[in-house]
Amino acid sequence: MNELAGRTAAEARGGASRTFDVARARADFPILKREVHGHPLVYLDSAASAQKPRQVLDAMREVYETSYANVHRGVYYLSERATALYEEAREKARRFVNARSRHEIVFTKGGTEAINLVAASYGRGFLKAGDEVVVSELEHHSNIVPWQILRESAGIVLKVARIEDDGDFRPEALERAITPRTRLVAISHMSNVLGTVLPAKEIVAIAHAHGAKVLLDGCQAAVHLSVDVQEIGCDFYAFTGHKVYGPNAIGVLYGREDLLAAMPPYQGGGEMIKLVTFEKTTFADPPAKFEAGTPPIVPAIGLGVALDYLESLGRERIARHEAEVLAYGMERLGRINRLRLVGTAPSKASVLSFVLDEVHPHDVATVLDRAGVAVRAGHHCAQPLMQRLGLAATVRASLGLYSTRSDIDALVAALDRVKEIFG
Amino acid sequence: MTDDLRELYQEVILEHGRHPRNFGPLDHPTHAAHGHNPLCGDQIDVFVTVDEAGVIRDVSFRGRGCAISVASASLMTEVLRGKTEAEARALFESFQGMCTGREEGGMGASEEDVERLRPLSGVRQFPVRVKCATLAWHTLKAAIEGRGEVSTEEDEDAAGAPAPTPGQSHDE
Repeated sequence: MNELAGRTAAEARGGASRTFDVARARADFPILKREVHGHPLVYLDSAASAQKPRQVLDAMREVYETSYANVHRGVYYLSERATALYEEAREKARRFVNARSRHEIVFTKGGTEAINLVAASYGRGFLKAGDEVVVSELEHHSNIVPWQILRESAGIVLKVARIEDDGDFRPEALERAITPRTRLVAISHMSNVLGTVLPAKEIVAIAHAHGAKVLLDGCQAAVHLSVDVQEIGCDFYAFTGHKVYGPNAIGVLYGREDLLAAMPPYQGGGEMIKLVTFEKTTFADPPAKFEAGTPPIVPAIGLGVALDYLESLGRERIARHEAEVLAYGMERLGRINRLRLVGTAPSKASVLSFVLDEVHPHDVATVLDRAGVAVRAGHHCAQPLMQRLGLAATVRASLGLYSTRSDIDALVAALDRVKEIFG
Repeated sequence: MTDDLRELYQEVILEHGRHPRNFGPLDHPTHAAHGHNPLCGDQIDVFVTVDEAGVIRDVSFRGRGCAISVASASLMTEVLRGKTEAEARALFESFQGMCTGREEGGMGASEEDVERLRPLSGVRQFPVRVKCATLAWHTLKAAIEGRGEVSTEEDEDAAGAPAPTPGQSHDE
């Protein structure tokens, strides 16, 4: 992995300067060269899943071709090598969120599983009937349904902190929702629908002052913000690989070491044990305790390369670039008649949700698609938020590091076409 | 791009989408059902009055959705009045065939009725939108069969569309 990582980082660093060279970065993403319906692809759905740079694709192929075997068990060369690569990826994930120890990094199959792991394991070990879990109105279904399942099985109470009409989340809303029975605040770090960035440090301060733990759903935030779990002070942080330019089928759960150590296992199987007899089994220490079965080996390694890639481009530089394109998009879309931006919180990143008077988001998305513009239309797996906003659906254009002002221009031009058709 | 879109969003569709016919509940329907498409959140209620001879005397709907789903529901209510349940079923089969580009099946539907639904046939170039066009029909079927609810995802039969194959009408 050292030569792999070294080479990809060095390649990408070749283009690094003080300002972000978006053209150079775009050249790393093979899919951006293709056309769709006779138009250059304008990919504005990175909040759903980001495209992959060739550094990630090449590295994964190379692992399969030169270094693949199952991990943690074999005494032969390839297994040792695969294990080393897999564990290096864990170290990269640790560095990415600045966890204290790599024992605090659990690989999962995605962000959803990371949250379900906390609900199932922390829930089973530490939450009992009447204990409260607080979420917010803007959660993705994956940070709602696991708690409802726990409500069914353990009798916990689910409380909901309100958002403002512009999509902002104020710390006072958490103050109002939290009570002495609150044991956990499970909340998004950034909204997938509105782009709102939530005040994570303040949320943690309030929760901890009330004796509650905090799980941050960082599936959207991890790729746009420079996340430092020690600085934020959260107890758990979940994110997914495929939204940070890595492969899918890999996610990360950061959990404070003492909590992970005290939590019961999530799933049972190989990898997660010390000793098994029919009478009694002793479990491995974290993170192995939470990684039953053969893990997503190559996806984890691919994720590590994606994280290297982001570091080599410079996360701050990427964030500044995206903020600039977002501001341009807000301004261009804001000038379109009968278009309403949904989600205008002062602190937001990389997501442009909107509705057009009289035209359903699905019809908008179909017309945009025919112009090569890929956006998402629908409830974005956040139906309670849609109900809160009084909307059935929105159109969502979301940005990645490869997004440009030209992408916004193409979106606006395609929206003209929508108006042409629908009047 | 232009031709596909023009064929999908024909004037008839746009007009029915903006001004749906038979919109609103019936006073005393003999059958009703709620349909929804969990993928997009579209919701529809269909109300039907069937007489003792099995003839659809009245049919209406209410709901929210895209231009395709609203226009399809509207056209459906227009074409179904006075039809027997068997004729309605045959028409649905023909319509499904039309939407998916497989025009077999639906024996027994009158040519004239099928033609009235023809404006929706443009949807066959847009595989992911076929469910929008068929939601109202699935809901009608559920109502007549005495099932109160239907989802485009829970009923194999309700899928309507074959899974879009890679490249099919995505590449040009």
